[in-house]
Amino acid sequence: MISYLIKRILWMIPMLIGISLISFFIMHLAPGDVTSNEASFNPKASEESRQKLRELYNLDKPVIIQYGLWVKRIVQLDFGNSFASHQKPVLWERKDKSGNITKGLIQESLPITLMINLMGIFIIFSISIVLGTLSAVRQNTWVDRSITLFVFIGFAIPGFWLALLLMYWTGVSHQWLPISGLHSPGFQNLSGFGQFIDLLKHLVLPVSISSLSGLAGISLYVRNGMLDILHQDFIITARSKGLKENKIVFIHALKNAILPLITIIGLSIPGLIGGSVIAESIFAIPGMGKLFYDSVLMRDFPVIMGILTIGSVLTLIGTLLADIGYAWADPRVRKGLVK
Amino acid sequence: MNKKFLFSNFFAIFISSIFLISCSNDATEVVDYDGEYKKDLGGNLINAMAGEPSNLIAMIAGDSASSVIAGNIFNSLLKYDENLNYAPDLAESWEISNNQKTISFKLRKGLQWADGKPLTSADVLFTWKLITDPNTRTPYASDYQLVKKASTPDPLTFKVTYESSYAPALDTWTSLHILPKHILKDEDINNTFFSRKPIGSNYYKLDEWLSGQQVTLKANDKSVSGAPLIKKLISRIIPDTSSQFLELTADNIDVMNINPIQYQRVFPARKDLQQKIALYKELGNGYTYLGFNLKKAPFDDIRVRQALNYAIDKDEVIKGVLLGLGEAISSPYKPGTRWNNPNLSPYPYNPSKALKLLADAGYIKDKNGSLTRDGKPLKFEIITNQNKQREMTAVLIQRRLQEIGIKVSIRVIEWASFVNRFIKTGDFDVVVLGWGLSLDPDQYNIWHSSQQGPGQFNFLGYSNKTVDQLLELGRKELNILKREKIYREFSKHLLEDSPIVYLYAGYGLSAVHKRVKGIKKPAPPAGIYHNNYDWFIPRPLRRNEILEQ
Repeated sequence: MISYLIKRILWMIPMLIGISLISFFIMHLAPGDVTSNEASFNPKASEESRQKLRELYNLDKPVIIQYGLWVKRIVQLDFGNSFASHQKPVLWERKDKSGNITKGLIQESLPITLMINLMGIFIIFSISIVLGTLSAVRQNTWVDRSITLFVFIGFAIPGFWLALLLMYWTGVSHQWLPISGLHSPGFQNLSGFGQFIDLLKHLVLPVSISSLSGLAGISLYVRNGMLDILHQDFIITARSKGLKENKIVFIHALKNAILPLITIIGLSIPGLIGGSVIAESIFAIPGMGKLFYDSVLMRDFPVIMGILTIGSVLTLIGTLLADIGYAWADPRVRKGLVK
Repeated sequence: MNKKFLFSNFFAIFISSIFLISCSNDATEVVDYDGEYKKDLGGNLINAMAGEPSNLIAMIAGDSASSVIAGNIFNSLLKYDENLNYAPDLAESWEISNNQKTISFKLRKGLQWADGKPLTSADVLFTWKLITDPNTRTPYASDYQLVKKASTPDPLTFKVTYESSYAPALDTWTSLHILPKHILKDEDINNTFFSRKPIGSNYYKLDEWLSGQQVTLKANDKSVSGAPLIKKLISRIIPDTSSQFLELTADNIDVMNINPIQYQRVFPARKDLQQKIALYKELGNGYTYLGFNLKKAPFDDIRVRQALNYAIDKDEVIKGVLLGLGEAISSPYKPGTRWNNPNLSPYPYNPSKALKLLADAGYIKDKNGSLTRDGKPLKFEIITNQNKQREMTAVLIQRRLQEIGIKVSIRVIEWASFVNRFIKTGDFDVVVLGWGLSLDPDQYNIWHSSQQGPGQFNFLGYSNKTVDQLLELGRKELNILKREKIYREFSKHLLEDSPIVYLYAGYGLSAVHKRVKGIKKPAPPAGIYHNNYDWFIPRPLRRNEILEQ
């Protein structure tokens, strides 16, 4: 087990180098750089100044040298500063000599995205497990069919459209919930509890919308796993022993049926730091999706590479954790009985 | 995981959502928004902006969100008044020497920064040195590098001398925000806290900046321009315009820019919105055009260009794309301003004249009805960037040209690729793009034949000796009447040569809640925001503001 782990971790190093190399080159294949955004297409802005900027950011050097410079910084965990005119650090805050703190871009956006995604995953998994179990136990009845129909409608419905409808319904016609943003104006004058409630109110719609499309996959996964288990010998044994049906379903069957979900949870770790551009734009949430999208449009290379690097590290860690989690939960895997 | 656990989970979520729903606002009472109200100090104005400002030092920032916010915080030496004439800002007067090379600005007495320190000509000189410093990462230095010598004979006088007379000089001093020397002298201007914590001299100062969410400005009690009536300006960052609109209808924001569909279709159908929201339109600051690659056949032939100009129905484009909320133009200047030549009019829609011109150029219809010359059909590609209005424009043009037998294809490209792959390399036939309607008439960078290098702005390859001479002359002439004549002549040549087809200048459309009073209607040439320091919100019309401390 230990040697397996060490091997896995060592393998991550060449993987990371490969990922960063490919992302760096693909990024540079797209035409244009930070000096060619729409705002700089202005007769008052001279080409010399753009050339100066290119030299300053080493954009006039061959890509391989730029990659070398980037690696040189990244091994010291220095993610650099954004190319945008605010020059914010990509990852973490920096302090200047008079004590003014400039926060990092990822530092600002990540907690928001993480919070929404964690809530989303929690809701998706809790609802999916219930729906999946219910439709497996009541297989081929109207309950099963309507649940399947519901989750597929949720999967197929365009999120931005439903979002706008719900925003109109809950925000404009009934004024139950705020429409967009994360805080009400005047947020800072609320008490701690008031701030918490204010934030929750702002999160109801974005979290529900982002959860809706995830329900279908997970609940079907649970349903199929459950059906599989319910037809196995040990369940028949349990039934013949006279165990109560509830106990059979919720203790013996469910436990085994949700085992594969560990892999899915592990694989969704990198997804935790990614946000949906559309949802974030509609709900005016300054999260990772919008940050990445804007950086790509601006050709803000340090930010793009920063997010990709963190994303790939998390992906590798996620798969590792999933494997470890699986071994922990399933004695057969631990003992090497199944692959 | 057992049943009980699951159920308690769901119960908790269920209860909390009911709880959330129950803490909602009550119905609003009826207020008379149309009544007469006296000027009143205080209140908050909330507006929506699509992008977050990047950097409040305007010479470094390039985005419009930054310049809107920074414009409330900083002053320049001069400004434009509501009729777009030069007016005093920090300078109370200015004088141009007889040889037209030296301008001396006299600052107003007793100016001070928001932190109480005096604002003097040393700050102005410092700002000029900053923008011309090669280490400053500004794209706007070239205008100021023309100043040969700058000096401060006394704390109230700032004097600049140009190599040769430079007519756009005064315009350049309306857009250079003067920065405080005492704070910035030891800072790296490219990367300083000041870009997010500025100290200015204008009506407002920065109160709070919630990254990615909102920027709050509050009245600057030491403002050199006088006190504004509204106490706080809150700009909420909402990228999606549909969400902005929902916020407006739910009374959560007061001001937003709207689109022609909202202006022409949504508002007329919604009585409830008309009661509380007023609409404003003003001629915007830009125009959309169809530009030919003049280095490529057949666009090097003036008859082809003019024919295409006649074959495009501009009124149809304005009706179709802008729902009528725009104007056809015939020069690159705002209609109604001094520089616009009133004797010019756009090419009318006249397909038979177009066909005649094309026939002169050698194009005849073959049996399929398409225009050909020497067996080759007349066909080309229109490229544009991802901009809904430009895409729709291209489609309407495509249809009209198809009617007279010209085959047009359309390609829509992401901006950075558009510029680097097509514009810079000159690898295109026809573009649909836009230019600003500048306040100073100088168009040297766009139309002078010397400005055709890669990355320069005469990428269409326009070259006309007379126009070159006029542009050179116009840059040197400080007499405003003579200048007017030069640029009216320039516009005439440009229209005749038809290197571009002027399509439209769209209106800027704003929706403002009726609680905001003091807005001029109809909008003056400088636009409704021009006097935003004079807007006010009468006390009875304010929100139940928890913001009010």
